[in-house]
Amino acid sequence: MKETQTIQNKKESTTTAVRISGSEAVVRCLLEEGVKVLYGYPGGAIMPVYDELYKYQDKIHHVLARHEQCAAHAAQGYARISGEVGVAIATSGPGATNLITGIADAQIDSTPLVCITGQVASHLLGSDAFQETDIVGISTPVTKWNCQITKASDIPEVLAKAFYIAKSGRPGPVLIDITKDAQFEEFDFAYKKCKGVRSYNPIPKTEKSSLEAAAKLINAAKKPLVVWGQGVILSEAEEAFKAVIEKAGIPSAWTILGASAIPTSHPLNIGMVGMHGNYAPNVLTNECDLLIAIGMRFDDRVTGNLATYAKQAKVIHFEIDPAEINKNVKADVAVLGDAKASLEAILPLINKNTHAEWHQKFKDLYAVEYEKVIKNDLHPTKEGLTMGEVLNQINIQSKGEAAIVSDVGQHQMIACRYAEFNQTKSNITSGGLGTMGFGLPAAIGAKMARPEREVVSISGDGGYQMTIQELGTIFQQKAAVKVVVLNNDFLGMVRQWQQLFFDKRYASTEMVNPNFVAIAEGYYIRARKVTKREELAEAVAEMMASKEAYFLEVCVEKEDNVFPMIPTGASVSDIRLE
Amino acid sequence: MSTDKQLFTVSVYTENNIGLLNRISAIFQRRHINIESLNTSPSEIESVSRFTIVVNMTEDNMKKIIGQIEKQVEVIKAFYHTEEEIIYQESCIFKMKSGLLFDEREIQNIIKESNARIVTVNRDFFVIEKSGRKEEIELLYRELSAFGIMQFTRSGRIAVSKEEMKISTMLEAFQA
Ligand SMILES: Cc1cc2nc3c(=O)[nH]c(=O)nc-3n(C[C@H](O)[C@H](O)[C@H](O)COP(=O)(O)OP(=O)(O)OC[C@H]3O[C@@H](n4cnc5c(N)ncnc54)[C@H](O)[C@@H]3O)c2cc1C
Ligand SMILES: Cc1ncc(C[n+]2csc(CCOP(=O)(O)OP(=O)(O)O)c2C)c(N)n1
Ligand SMILES: [Mg+2]
Repeated sequence: MKETQTIQNKKESTTTAVRISGSEAVVRCLLEEGVKVLYGYPGGAIMPVYDELYKYQDKIHHVLARHEQCAAHAAQGYARISGEVGVAIATSGPGATNLITGIADAQIDSTPLVCITGQVASHLLGSDAFQETDIVGISTPVTKWNCQITKASDIPEVLAKAFYIAKSGRPGPVLIDITKDAQFEEFDFAYKKCKGVRSYNPIPKTEKSSLEAAAKLINAAKKPLVVWGQGVILSEAEEAFKAVIEKAGIPSAWTILGASAIPTSHPLNIGMVGMHGNYAPNVLTNECDLLIAIGMRFDDRVTGNLATYAKQAKVIHFEIDPAEINKNVKADVAVLGDAKASLEAILPLINKNTHAEWHQKFKDLYAVEYEKVIKNDLHPTKEGLTMGEVLNQINIQSKGEAAIVSDVGQHQMIACRYAEFNQTKSNITSGGLGTMGFGLPAAIGAKMARPEREVVSISGDGGYQMTIQELGTIFQQKAAVKVVVLNNDFLGMVRQWQQLFFDKRYASTEMVNPNFVAIAEGYYIRARKVTKREELAEAVAEMMASKEAYFLEVCVEKEDNVFPMIPTGASVSDIRLE
Repeated sequence: MSTDKQLFTVSVYTENNIGLLNRISAIFQRRHINIESLNTSPSEIESVSRFTIVVNMTEDNMKKIIGQIEKQVEVIKAFYHTEEEIIYQESCIFKMKSGLLFDEREIQNIIKESNARIVTVNRDFFVIEKSGRKEEIELLYRELSAFGIMQFTRSGRIAVSKEEMKISTMLEAFQA
């Protein structure tokens, strides 16, 4: 075979050489990549970089989080609402390990992050030096790529590669660990953006034959169903997606990470699939003759029991990551490539259609769900407040323009089910990892990336207390996040399972909660608590009208359950309404 | 059938990178798949490394794992092959007491017939080396164990595929 000698990355030069330290180079690299905000926490091994951040503070804004996990989550929120790479930075040892939960969350939810950690000097590596931890080893299973730098001269090339890998193809988190001596060392700095890595093919080629085969199935289908996911948003394929489903007249349902890609009110938007999704798309998944999955990975929360999932249907899978094809659900036609390009290419190949009769089935089942579940969630007549009516009030006030950042639990499912969206990239939540504590810091990142947008953080009383200290970041940054806690005095989601599957043995799920209003006020954040229905609308209106951060606690019914629900191991069509 | 377990030999062409071994072995570990043997070496292309991994699993899972290996940024390409699709060798060495060479005529015959070779002989011990297929090495092991083996070790499998694995063209495409 012919030997190939290449430099491993394609580069484009943007700067000429200047002699600077490794730590200054780190900051210059961030500026070259257009980074305006980064989140982090200082400490010994990263101090040289912080010293440079001090010098460059008019060009780049460092946000001091109150915990490194939250720096990572804030960077995630920043990335999710903007589509840009989020950046987090921490010191070695505990600073680095504290980032891990956020990195793992970003990995499973395909969020582009560059995380920079300081490391002990290279001559100390492997010696159990003070605050030494093998963060490259620890982060390997939860990063798209990672690398340790021990020579200043490697900094520009590695960081350029880091940004390229984080954002391209299926995005993900990258961790770069930099020894302290490399931060001090001086070298001739020049920056070249990375344009490619030879061993890495971010976007697989789309076969024309796959598009034709897919179009043929779509044109022949009598009962097609689209399930779209976050891939549509990551690909910025919203317009192309809408054009395709509108032309073919296909009812379309979303995963929670796909939510907001098209407006909630769009007539073809038939709601959410999965464990706590809507009745019609779940039930009819097992009746459609063609299932068209677009940028979603058939998570087990979506499919329920795979043995009984859409067995009657042909399956088309639009996907950028070849490893997702046939991983959980066998695809009759796999359309590899970027969703936007694939959808644009397939548009001329598909026929106009309306599928009116088929649509009626969704409407009929929606009516069933409305009577049994939705009506009581949104417009309850019983005494206690529901989470759903809070969402309803937020919808009324936001008119669908807010970004909703939820935490994990019952309130998350309610937020995803009922929040109304007019704009894409507006439903920010921890999907794959289900990280309690994600919501508040992610909302800070989202608000800072898009200050002009209304950002509402919705947490439960449990998860809120996992990262409650970020109220300090909100206060210091004057980030006008609207913070809602739906307080049921329970780890509600777990309590629901205990009720349904463990004979109501509420092991360690009841919470004795503090005075949340006093805590928010302790951080000088305006705060209010609502316990009665009569006060709710006005309180939400007051919160949404506030120009500054605002904390709203709503005491809801303690033992409400989220329905519909697909019990674990059950089929999507066995979804329970009560 | 693809749902029966069988031996596969996986060839992974990679950039030379310190952490990659961890990334690749973790993919098997997560699914509780035991690696039967693993070898890393240079490949026919300068600056490109090659992993040869032997695993026992279903073809369905094999395909999924190949996808997850290829997804690693520093992996250029991964292939899997059945036993019929490759030419492979393993090698092993035995350390045995020198006295046996003179007292047990049989040993000389075993060495000759098995196409093994004596690497070194000194007063206390001698060393036998043998390359071949797994069964040949196992046979030699059984035959020699009757005489007492002081030390034995066997290498991971190395293999080449009968069909071409198109790596150079891929790398050229990147340059273009
Ligand atoms: C308590 C709890 C309950 C949950 N219940 C539900 C539920 O009821 N319903 C539900 O939907 N989820 C639920 N989830 C979330 C669930 O676990 C998954 O996170 C979610 O379903 C994943 O959605 P996804 O596949 O769209 O997104 P991802 O996991 O982000 O996958 C996106 C897919 O798109 C692909 N992709 C990326 N970029 C592109 C591109 N440019 N072009 C094409 N493809 C691309 C990726 O390779 C990937 O396969 C729940 C989570 C929690 C914590
Ligand atoms: C870090 C972490 N620990 C534990 C869990 C398991 N878990 C999932 S939901 C939940 C309860 C959440 O309670 P709360 O925040 O009050 O929300 P609610 O369900 O009551 O709305 C728990 C403990 C998790 N998802 N994340
Ligand atoms: Mg709760």
